[in-house]
Amino acid sequence: MPKDDIKEFRLVGTRPNRPDGLDKVTGRARYGADITAPGMLWGAVLRSPHAHAKILKIDTSKAEALTGVKAVVTRADFPTGLTGEEWNLQENTMAGEKALYDGHAIAAVAATSSLIAQEAVRLIEVDYEVLPHVTDVDDAIKPDAPVIREGAADASVPEGMPPNVVKYFEFGRGDTAAGFKDADLVMERSFKTEATHQGYIEPHACLGQLGADGKGEMWVCTQGQWFIRQMCSAVLGLNAAQLRVTPSEIGGGFGGKTTIFMEPLSLALSQKAGGRPVKIVMSRSEVLRATGPTASASMDVKIGMTKDGKLTAARAEFRMQGGAFPGAPVDMALYCCLAPYKIENVEHIGYDVLANRPKCAAYRAPGSPMGAFAVESLIDEMCRKLDLDPMEVRLKNAVREGDQASYGPTFGSIGLVEVLEATAKHPNLSVPLGPNQGRGVASGYWFNHNGETSVSMAISEDGTAQVSVGTPDIGGSRASIALMVAETLGIAYEDVRVNVVETGALGVNEPTHGSRATFATGKAATIAARAAIKEMCRRAANEWGIDEEAVEWVDGAAQPAGPNAGDYPPMSIKDIAKNMGSTGGPISGHHESVPDGVGASFGCHVVDVEVDPETGLTKILRYLVVQDAGRAIHPSYVEGQYQGGAVQGIGWALNEEYVYGKDGRLQNPIFLDYRMPVASDLPMIDTMIVEVPNPGHPFGVRGVGETGITPPLPAIANAIQGATGVRMSHLPMTPTKVLAALKASQE
Amino acid sequence: MSKIHVTTVVNGDEVEFLADPRETLLDCLRDHLGLTGSKEGCGTGDCGACSVTVDGVLVSSCLMLGVEAQGKRIATIEGMANGEELHPLQRQFVEHAALQCGFCTPGILVAAKALLEKNPDPTETEVRYWLAGNLCRCTGYDKIIRAVMDAASEMRGAA
Repeated sequence: MPKDDIKEFRLVGTRPNRPDGLDKVTGRARYGADITAPGMLWGAVLRSPHAHAKILKIDTSKAEALTGVKAVVTRADFPTGLTGEEWNLQENTMAGEKALYDGHAIAAVAATSSLIAQEAVRLIEVDYEVLPHVTDVDDAIKPDAPVIREGAADASVPEGMPPNVVKYFEFGRGDTAAGFKDADLVMERSFKTEATHQGYIEPHACLGQLGADGKGEMWVCTQGQWFIRQMCSAVLGLNAAQLRVTPSEIGGGFGGKTTIFMEPLSLALSQKAGGRPVKIVMSRSEVLRATGPTASASMDVKIGMTKDGKLTAARAEFRMQGGAFPGAPVDMALYCCLAPYKIENVEHIGYDVLANRPKCAAYRAPGSPMGAFAVESLIDEMCRKLDLDPMEVRLKNAVREGDQASYGPTFGSIGLVEVLEATAKHPNLSVPLGPNQGRGVASGYWFNHNGETSVSMAISEDGTAQVSVGTPDIGGSRASIALMVAETLGIAYEDVRVNVVETGALGVNEPTHGSRATFATGKAATIAARAAIKEMCRRAANEWGIDEEAVEWVDGAAQPAGPNAGDYPPMSIKDIAKNMGSTGGPISGHHESVPDGVGASFGCHVVDVEVDPETGLTKILRYLVVQDAGRAIHPSYVEGQYQGGAVQGIGWALNEEYVYGKDGRLQNPIFLDYRMPVASDLPMIDTMIVEVPNPGHPFGVRGVGETGITPPLPAIANAIQGATGVRMSHLPMTPTKVLAALKASQE
Repeated sequence: MSKIHVTTVVNGDEVEFLADPRETLLDCLRDHLGLTGSKEGCGTGDCGACSVTVDGVLVSSCLMLGVEAQGKRIATIEGMANGEELHPLQRQFVEHAALQCGFCTPGILVAAKALLEKNPDPTETEVRYWLAGNLCRCTGYDKIIRAVMDAASEMRGAA
């Protein structure tokens, strides 16, 4: 049932214009690169042209001598002695003894203009000793592969593993050998996915200022201003409270803007330049070469199924490289890949492998799309072999509330069954298919996330409300938070202003990541609003001389309840606000916690494709996203998340990949060659919002951002098999690869 | 490198600036004229976030030198609304939730306006192909296409 038909709430579920809409359609909204400051300098970064090289000598003298250059920094300007992830961040910010990937920062310059800074970068002379490199995950895990870093493996890695394995995962339950014996069909397949980039259209940009006294400020496009503060402080040895970080409007992130890249460089340059602010704006090729794409994966999956479609056992063994540092989301991939299925016997094995590539960052449901590609592809192939309906098989094995998840915990309220049932009834499934056309379905899963959250809400003198939140608005969250606060207070949507604030204004907030903003910030804002309501009821009770408990809040006003009901006329929020100075001072509500009650989210996608047998080109004819939102606070932006996630997944499935040459250099670091979907590649993306409310959120929110990128990879592969009979097991499924597979199948 | 004095008309106002010959029109708009509504997403003419019109022709301002603006008439996102009155495309984008992060929005609005001036009654396919030079990573284009179609319909009705 569409949310718009439910009249349970006054505002929640409606579709008002977003509060920042006017700024964003007029060009007024200020993003990372849109700010300048008095005395500002421009920064530029010298990057390694080698995939793996010892840095023998850096000579910056010619750059320093150039007129207009005010500071040059290298790793020698950073504090030493860092360990663990802090060392990783510092090493990724600027190379130390070795350049670890094509694009690794070697030195940085601040100058009076951008052109001078770029010229100065070209004058820096670096002596490299080029080392053997490795960029492919299956090559990197070989015992004789070039070693990226000695001693990088953690305690999880058993003795005798290949040298680039830095983390090892092994978990499961039941008896997979017995489970496979119970199956009528056991199949095992290998799959590969290539690294892709989040592809946010706004390149990273920051304006940093740091004085000799260690006090600094930064304006930056980021998903999380506190993460920037904490990471910059760690890398530079600063006192975190002395660094104030203000988030700009953000031009997309999808996980890629939850960490630091050049931000510490602007601060280090600023300090060296006598505290003048330094602006650094990355070029697109810097973004692709040197920020954090996702991991590439090589996966083996084995599944057992009875002839009536019951899953009896599954084994997943995944290898992922996430660049020259630990952190490929192989664990997340394993947790998510079998999550939609109730299987008694499961085994998961994972390897996090180093390679000469940039340090991966989060990308929308990190790990989940790769794992789903492997598992959902194989289940589909088995359904075809056993002549079973893939929707029925998914429903038959679907996890429900109270089931133990494949990765351990017990599911609370979840809506997978509702999603699958809604999908099966959708008219897209009964559209007849023509020649060379095929239909594919696949499920997807994401945990959703809570995270540290701190929110303040204050009542203004006129009875309107301002909400200070710490999660940057990346896709309409100001609107959803304003709806929830206005609903709670009983005032108009337009009477709430949601401000995304700097680090000095609130306690620590995790970034807008993990699909958490509408869940966690929305929950905290609602609790903060309730605290303000309690205070307003107290003010009214004092005025009336009755017990505070005998006042209730109805439709934006305090009114006497119980034995006093009707004794006094309601006192509106405007009346209370007008007099708050004389009744006890400012009225506000505050809440901070790691909100409990996270609600996991399942989705199911159905895609129809047509494959051109002459060119191998796959055209998306129809696309349907069905997903459990818990509750859609602003349905338009929920649909937007579904559509955007699906199209990123379509790009990953069909076009996008990091292409490294034999020299270890990225061969496609511009948008012409790193080809993301454009409008003419796509049909409309149909959506259906299923609402199984999350009992852990005041309005039932689960979080909707991430699940949607997961099913497209396998759904499209499944549709291509339907259209051609050919199973594609290596992404992206480019025309070249599909054509080759078609030819091979005809021989 | 010595700078060149450029006189041009931007959004109806005569403006002048000193451009380094290496600077793009986008650099000049943003850094010399303070018109930061046009965005740099790629610098190679592939994303369309810097779209402006020059003498009525849609161009990627990152692919044109600032000095080439001499004597031309430039229109940017900042000139699209008529005072407080939004262009129908701008209003439809907000009403359709056709933006998430909003970074590509100025370029898409400028490009869509150029389309509707050429072709007031485009098909969905025509809109999709016209906007194929404007990347949006957030929306999957669905709501953008609907907003452009509805703005076109509204503008035809008003004419």
